[in-house]
Amino acid sequence: MNDLTPTREERTAKLKGLGTSRKRVEDVRFTQGKGNYVDDVKLPGMLHGDFVRSPYAHARVKSINIDAAMALPGVIAVLTAKDLEPLSLHWMPTLAGDKQMVLADGKVLFQGQEVAFVVAEDRYIAADAVELVEVDYEELPVITDPFKALEPDATVLREDLEPGADGAHGPRKHHNHIFLWEEGDAEATNQAIDSAEVVAEEMVYYHRTHPCPLETCGSVASMDKVNGKLTLWGTFQAPHVVRTVASLLSGIEEHNIRVISPDIGGGFGNKVGVYPGYVCSIVASIVTGRPVKWIEDRMDNLMATAFARDYWMKGKISATKDGKITGLHCHVTADHGAFDACADPTKFPAGFFHICTGSYDIPVAYVGVDGVYTNKAPGGVAYRCSFRVTEAAYFIERMIEVLAIELNMDAAELRRINFIRKDQFPYQSALGWEYDSGDYHTAWDKALAAVGYDDLRKEQAAQVEAFKRGETRKLLGIGLTHFTEIVGAGPVKNCDILGMGMFDSCEIRIHPTGSAIARLGTISQGQGHATTFAQILASEIGIPADSITIEEGDTDTAPYGLGTYGSRSTPVAGAATAMAGRKIRAKAQMIAAYLLEVHDDDVEWDVDRFQVKGAPERFKTMAEIAYASYNQAIPGVEPGLEAVSYYDPPNMTYPFGAYICVMEIDADTGEHDIRQFYALDDCGTRINPMVIEGQVHGGLTEALAIAMGQEIAYDELGNVKTGTLMDFFLPTAWETPNYTTDHTETPSPHHPIGAKGVGESPNVGGVPAFSNAVNDAFRAFGLRHTHMPHDHWRIWKTANDLGLHG
Amino acid sequence: MIPAAFEYHRPKNVQDAIGILVEHGDEARVLAGGHSLIPMMKLRMAAIEHLVDLQDVDGLSGISIDGGRITIGAMTTQHELITHDGLATAAPILREAALQIADPQVRYVGTIGGNVANGDPGNDMPGLMQCLDASFTLVGPDGTREVAARDFYEAAYMTERSDEEILTAISFNATAGGYSYEKQKRKIGDYATAAAAVLLQKDGDTCTGASIAMTNLSDTPVFSEAAGAALTGTSVGKADIEAAVAAALSDIDPTEDNRGPVEFKRHVAAVVIARAITRAWSRA
Repeated sequence: MNDLTPTREERTAKLKGLGTSRKRVEDVRFTQGKGNYVDDVKLPGMLHGDFVRSPYAHARVKSINIDAAMALPGVIAVLTAKDLEPLSLHWMPTLAGDKQMVLADGKVLFQGQEVAFVVAEDRYIAADAVELVEVDYEELPVITDPFKALEPDATVLREDLEPGADGAHGPRKHHNHIFLWEEGDAEATNQAIDSAEVVAEEMVYYHRTHPCPLETCGSVASMDKVNGKLTLWGTFQAPHVVRTVASLLSGIEEHNIRVISPDIGGGFGNKVGVYPGYVCSIVASIVTGRPVKWIEDRMDNLMATAFARDYWMKGKISATKDGKITGLHCHVTADHGAFDACADPTKFPAGFFHICTGSYDIPVAYVGVDGVYTNKAPGGVAYRCSFRVTEAAYFIERMIEVLAIELNMDAAELRRINFIRKDQFPYQSALGWEYDSGDYHTAWDKALAAVGYDDLRKEQAAQVEAFKRGETRKLLGIGLTHFTEIVGAGPVKNCDILGMGMFDSCEIRIHPTGSAIARLGTISQGQGHATTFAQILASEIGIPADSITIEEGDTDTAPYGLGTYGSRSTPVAGAATAMAGRKIRAKAQMIAAYLLEVHDDDVEWDVDRFQVKGAPERFKTMAEIAYASYNQAIPGVEPGLEAVSYYDPPNMTYPFGAYICVMEIDADTGEHDIRQFYALDDCGTRINPMVIEGQVHGGLTEALAIAMGQEIAYDELGNVKTGTLMDFFLPTAWETPNYTTDHTETPSPHHPIGAKGVGESPNVGGVPAFSNAVNDAFRAFGLRHTHMPHDHWRIWKTANDLGLHG
Repeated sequence: MIPAAFEYHRPKNVQDAIGILVEHGDEARVLAGGHSLIPMMKLRMAAIEHLVDLQDVDGLSGISIDGGRITIGAMTTQHELITHDGLATAAPILREAALQIADPQVRYVGTIGGNVANGDPGNDMPGLMQCLDASFTLVGPDGTREVAARDFYEAAYMTERSDEEILTAISFNATAGGYSYEKQKRKIGDYATAAAAVLLQKDGDTCTGASIAMTNLSDTPVFSEAAGAALTGTSVGKADIEAAVAAALSDIDPTEDNRGPVEFKRHVAAVVIARAITRAWSRA
């Protein structure tokens, strides 16, 4: 060794491994407009599809006349349910055990429902032909309110279902009822609440909204009739599952189907399910023998593809007069729309909603969720959250605030005295989860100190007095949230999608010259997998992240995986990556020992090399080992350096965080001004702090949108009132406040590198933080709870109802 | 979001453009910045057989200030209004209002002529033009005529302009005194929940002239003569402002939409008008 020999620190830095704020490698192409999205796929002879959609929310389809459309030059085909029926493709199974019409079969059940699929030589002809398809509808009574849907004489929506027959999740108690799903001990919970010193009750509505990814959904299907192979490009968050479903539906053997998710412009849950457009593009390609492209426009996307939330959560929470929580009861009326197309693990029709005891040590709890059909679009996806976790976090964080009012207690203190203590982990929740790790008090105290909480409360009190004296029309709201997520689905023993266990995978090939490619069963939609997974691997195998290619999304090359949603990529595929890396390292150890002429146990790993124990100057770098694996005959060791790992996580991970929003509200106009937003996240081991910060900023901005205005609203005829970006709130830089990010680090004890996942935390924690700030601003005037979204007129109405307009 | 087929025309001068309008009647529409018309066509809410693009027509752009009279060509963009130094001095309210229209990308392309001629009650410039008592120049097959902004708007998308006429220019007098364009909207790119344009003149402590107009609070812009009269001759105290607001509210007729119910809009209108008056007075 000499002065030029890199130090251990220099070698570590060169890897750009765990903990490095490595710049995102994807951004070079994205910022130059060189991404490759589904709509960039252009094939010779490609046709274009477009849908005739229902203008009505509920109507019988009496007839469909396609003659005028077919007569338009350039129109190749117009598919209706009658054409799909012989193939048994006029309906398709949903991920939630229900079935959904691909094309209207006798009736339509929501506005925007797919009625016919026009296939034409170009996109313009297809759009013209859509106008020429004549559909004769007979309007039927519309139900948009899930409570009205359950009234005894409510119109039957799903005539295809046997009245009284069980659904996929047990008995149905009404013709518009889908399931009742329960968890916890109802009797003990009722007893705790009935005998409690203090009880707070509230109906908390989490309104219907939509993930609204910048890139809408779409697909290109290309059936090669010569070799029998179907290639399908699409906006798929789970390409392997799509391949399996496509095979089961079409009867094409799975090896003859290749599914490719190219670059995806945001998913947020919207691209997990299977849509009629995918099925129709496949059928149209099979029928015509030509590639067929289908791309939604923005209105199609907002109106017809999967929505999120729409949960009416009736809560009761009890406590001692000192504020120690004794029980939590929750009944949810869940509006699923026309078909139950929720994207949840099969056995969880309400997802992981039973994480709703949150960060608190609650001895008994009960949850019951009634799923209901209405004349709205199907969906119920996890919009930037794990399955129904945002609903759960919003519910408990609102109930805590309401309880604080009932107790006349500070809401920060109420949280503190009820947090699960650090020494209680692993913690068994009353609703059946085992929280893997946490240190809530430390995070909470750090957050309160960072914003100067006590001074904020003094300022707020002074402002209330000034308001009462007529000196200001502004009110100050302090929105507190301590959330606990449950992500990383999940253990195969209880988590599956259509029977596929929710493991994930990574396959690594080390090239002779010491660089590598790793392929995963997940698919990035903007999360930066190509950047961060290379960092996990760099730290595991000592090859610089810059020398590792990460590839996802092609089912012909990537190992089987369940895809990317529910913050599962890092907890599951990230773990698979680390485990596959360790297999590489194990083999490398044998090769190194052989090359160094010592026993396997006499070498030890050091950053990027194996060295002889006690003689670090004798070493073989990973690059040297890789080369040797390809050009030397090593006794008892196969040539090459590759590994694959399928990882079945032993448990979920439980990221948490403390968020505080300080908001000023104009009581006269309903406008708000976010003065400060502090976000502390604990996602365990931090792989790339810069990517984490970007994720938090993005998620908080979506949370801002949801809390402060974003919704899918219907009128009583079932017309979508918010079908364009004029009315559907998608924030720009202008509406977005500054965020202060912070962290604590409590590694997951069961994850190979201790990482927990972070992409969805800011949405889960952000929504209650914004909403609590609005509610808190009016607490001094007697408000207990007001529903989201907190747009100008609703805030104004709250002020008006409280008599603040004189 | 794919428009029906249309014929695209790109004339070089106003007479040729008018010729196309005369030939095709109400099947033809002129295209300025296109920020209202193109979305309507893509939504197939407007079926335009003949689209007459004005961007190559000479003499429709630019800002001239001649003595106290300002003339703005119809194809002048919002961005040009914002960045014109002379205009910032001669009529600063224009810059203040234009900065509240959509976002920079839209303002690079959106024009003042399109904004005022379309007759959309959500557009900001029509109310402002009524406040300024501007005059619109209309050129048609029978020649040129001037129509006052205060007489131009009949109902939503219905104006005094006939199908064969093109709005070529806007003119108004340079302003003196205090000004304000106050707008509440849900987000960037949104139409106003309520907006008000106010110009006030001051002599000593007395208001000697007041002009008040409002945006998106009826199916046309609303010029409230009574509101202005309520301030003229006063010292614009609290009671005077309340009187002006009351007068303005009696001239509006808002409708419920996703921005909120009528009661809310009237409340916000009152706040916005009062703020605009207060700010204009502070600048007078």
